Amino acid sequence: MKYELVSGFETHIELSTKTKIFCGCTTQFGGEPNTHCCPVCIGLPGTLPVLNREVVRFAIKAGLAVHGEIAEVAKMDRKNYCYPDLSKAYQISQLYAPLIIGGYVELSNGRKIRLHHIHIEEDAGKLIHQHGDTYVDYNRGGVPLIEIVSEPDIRSIDEAKEYVEKLQQVMRYVGISDCKMQEGSMRCDVNVSVRPEGSEELGTRTEIKNMNSINNIAKAMEYEYDRQVDLIESGGQVVQETLRYDDATGTTSSMRSKEDAHDYRYFRDPDLVTINVSREEVEQLRSELPELPADKCKRYIDELGLPEKDAQLLTKYRKISEYFDEACEGVKSPKSVSNFIIGQIFRRTETEADKESFDVKTSPKQLNELVKLLDSGKIRNNLAKSTLEKMLDSGKGALDFISESDMGGIDENALIELCKNAVESNPKAVEDFKNGKEKAIKALVGNVMKNSRGKADAVLAESKIKEMIG
Amino acid sequence: MGSIAKIHDMLTSKQCSCAELTKSYLEEIEKSNGELNAYVSVTGAEALKTAEAVDKKIAAGEEIGMLEGVPMTLKDNISTKGIETTCCSKILTGYKPIYDASVWELLQAQNAVMLGKTNMDEFAMGSSCETSYFGGAANPFNTDHVAGGSSGGVASAVGGNIAAYGLGSDTGGSIRQPASFCGVVGLKPTYGSVSRYGLIAYASSLDQIGPITKSVEDASIVFDAISKRDKRDSTSVGSKKTTFDSLDNDIKGMKIGIAREYLDGVRDDVKEAVLNAAEVYKSLGAEIVYFDLPILKFALPVYYIIACAEASSNLGRYDGIRYGYKTEHYNGTHDMICRTRSEGFGDEVKRRILLGTYVLSAGYYDAYYKKAQNLRGTIISAFNSALENCDVILAPTVPMTAFEKGHAVSDPVETYLTDICTVPVNIAGLPGVSIPCGFNSNGMPIGMQLIGKSFGEAEILNAAYKYQQAQSDKFIDTKWGVKL
Repeated sequence: MKYELVSGFETHIELSTKTKIFCGCTTQFGGEPNTHCCPVCIGLPGTLPVLNREVVRFAIKAGLAVHGEIAEVAKMDRKNYCYPDLSKAYQISQLYAPLIIGGYVELSNGRKIRLHHIHIEEDAGKLIHQHGDTYVDYNRGGVPLIEIVSEPDIRSIDEAKEYVEKLQQVMRYVGISDCKMQEGSMRCDVNVSVRPEGSEELGTRTEIKNMNSINNIAKAMEYEYDRQVDLIESGGQVVQETLRYDDATGTTSSMRSKEDAHDYRYFRDPDLVTINVSREEVEQLRSELPELPADKCKRYIDELGLPEKDAQLLTKYRKISEYFDEACEGVKSPKSVSNFIIGQIFRRTETEADKESFDVKTSPKQLNELVKLLDSGKIRNNLAKSTLEKMLDSGKGALDFISESDMGGIDENALIELCKNAVESNPKAVEDFKNGKEKAIKALVGNVMKNSRGKADAVLAESKIKEMIG
Repeated sequence: MGSIAKIHDMLTSKQCSCAELTKSYLEEIEKSNGELNAYVSVTGAEALKTAEAVDKKIAAGEEIGMLEGVPMTLKDNISTKGIETTCCSKILTGYKPIYDASVWELLQAQNAVMLGKTNMDEFAMGSSCETSYFGGAANPFNTDHVAGGSSGGVASAVGGNIAAYGLGSDTGGSIRQPASFCGVVGLKPTYGSVSRYGLIAYASSLDQIGPITKSVEDASIVFDAISKRDKRDSTSVGSKKTTFDSLDNDIKGMKIGIAREYLDGVRDDVKEAVLNAAEVYKSLGAEIVYFDLPILKFALPVYYIIACAEASSNLGRYDGIRYGYKTEHYNGTHDMICRTRSEGFGDEVKRRILLGTYVLSAGYYDAYYKKAQNLRGTIISAFNSALENCDVILAPTVPMTAFEKGHAVSDPVETYLTDICTVPVNIAGLPGVSIPCGFNSNGMPIGMQLIGKSFGEAEILNAAYKYQQAQSDKFIDTKWGVKL
């Protein structure tokens, strides 16, 4: 029997607000242990949380970016559990009235992964095990998070990977998080179940906790899929449990079963007041959103005529697309801009991190000037390419490398002169062309180019020659 | 004249220096605290330092505020930077906060002279002060009787004249009940009028800090000083107006409501004293209106469900890792936390944590917690409509007078019933003030409370002040402490 994978994600994303969710401490990553702390975020007796409104704004932007509905009234709840990294023995989160309801992430195959909701909450600190002792660092405690909870709509590992990448991309676009999985600013809990293909019922799921790379997500899901299918095929049953993934062995193992599942005893946090969100505020935030990657990609294809592949590469990171947009300003051929970026500039921004930061010596305006020279026929592609290399090395503008004599081309009379000359001095080629050898024209154009020292417009020259001998 | 005004006059007229006054309070504490057990820590050096600063100001001819140099105390659940704050629990022994509660910041800014921290039921859970890790405070009218709770230490200290006033906290009656037992005034302000920042939480949606004083006038002065909006407490709004200026307003035509249910099951001597007070009000020109408030019978179960639920969460943080008591011998983190909590909390606290955990747990949340929340809404609207037909509500503070020591410990559920008249105000978030209204045949004080509209502190203090003025000849002081 064939089995279908069914998966839903709970994705935690750390918001890049300057301060924590309930106090004024910095959210900066790293720092000596327990130096980004205050009485509130270490939960000293008597302290009270005060909601950082910026967190609400960031979360709303995230919600709008994935087409979620922004609640008019949201509330904070306490999720009670005891662990040394949780200083109050409860995490302030949202269960009963989350800030964002619904939404979806659209994949390239056209499928929409529906979202159940997005809520805001605080992060916990972390334990450090050293020399046989356990220490606790509360720097991360109180850093704001959003948790994006999807419906079980994911049907393959490729979809899972794309779902995570799309979330990462769109959240980086709206600028609410750097979504660095390796630093823990984006983490996924992956729910996996299997069912016979064609079945509508959901199988028993397991939950793989705290996945911190897309590769591991893929590996863990693959392992878990195989394990569950094998179990069912051999007459067993999947047990609902929470799993951890071991990167070294590539296997999952049980953290706790359903019977041992935490009872979080959620209830409304009496220390915090209701969050009211006016529709004006939502519209204001919507107007602050940048053009989202999916919309940009579609525009590049439909309006600029770029191939889909190019459009995707250019929209993967916000900085690249912004660079492209600026470099395209007023140019006739966006495709040339795209070619320069994907061809030459990408060779200098090899890693994903480089592409994300897109720190290029040549400014988009400088590239724009170069492309305009090309557009106007003042320089040819070869010259443009080699000039761009020099620009990228030095940060200087195109005109620093192209002299007046290199451009300006030649006027029409001069071109006609040159064409005449070419026809007269190459009777063989003319003969060949007349006999149907289309390629022979290239020799004639080549002659024009050579005698104009590269300044003639090859296309124009070809049509002139054809007029003369055709 | 209240104690605060008296002291203010003494200081400004240079009858005595603030240091002398402070010393005499400290001496009296030394003499009587062995018996009253009102203080759990005395901060003499700090008190004298503040007193000297006040004296310097007076010597320099500077004006001083009403509360400047007035010796006072704080309940031991109000955080004081560098001064042990234990909630009278073993689990917080040795804990010195690194920050000040907002109310203490406000009072410090006025050069309040804090004599020390006062006794309370452990984590404010109790009605006799006897769940304190340090043993209960005694009643200054008869030390075989309890001071009440949970703010028993403040009430005992103020009643025993070893503090001019103090701040307590009231979750289900913890200011008003001991005030009633000790023959002093206790004001539980409207929820949100006084910042809770720095008050070690018992039940966050019910807790409110308020003054325990010798007179209504004093309560008004202290309340006006601490009812400020605080951005560190999201539930804080502060008070809209001061209460002091309207204390002496004529109460002719004021409608004073009495809910019949408040008098059910109340001991005869208490009932009589309250009804006598109603007569006094009539003679002052107020109108007494009787009405029914049947929803009151749900107040106690609603209170214990909500308070315990919140407490179970609020007290989860005491795990021995960061501060306070930590068990000596353990095997791993989990064992350490279990042992620390088992050894660090007393029985009453454990009982309420268990109860609260139960009512929030999966499968019981709807039956208990959610139902209690719904009923809370109903109680709030019932009070609101009752207060549309009258200006203030008059009720007993406690159905009885201070009981003998040891009684509360023997029957916890019966002790819960003593809160029956005080908890409705906390559930509804309303202000309530308890003032003395007589003595029983054994000479133990009886208290009555005046309940007002939301943020109606001015009205209830006005009504309370007029009563106290009319009855000033009935005032009896205790034998203890500093005589002003």
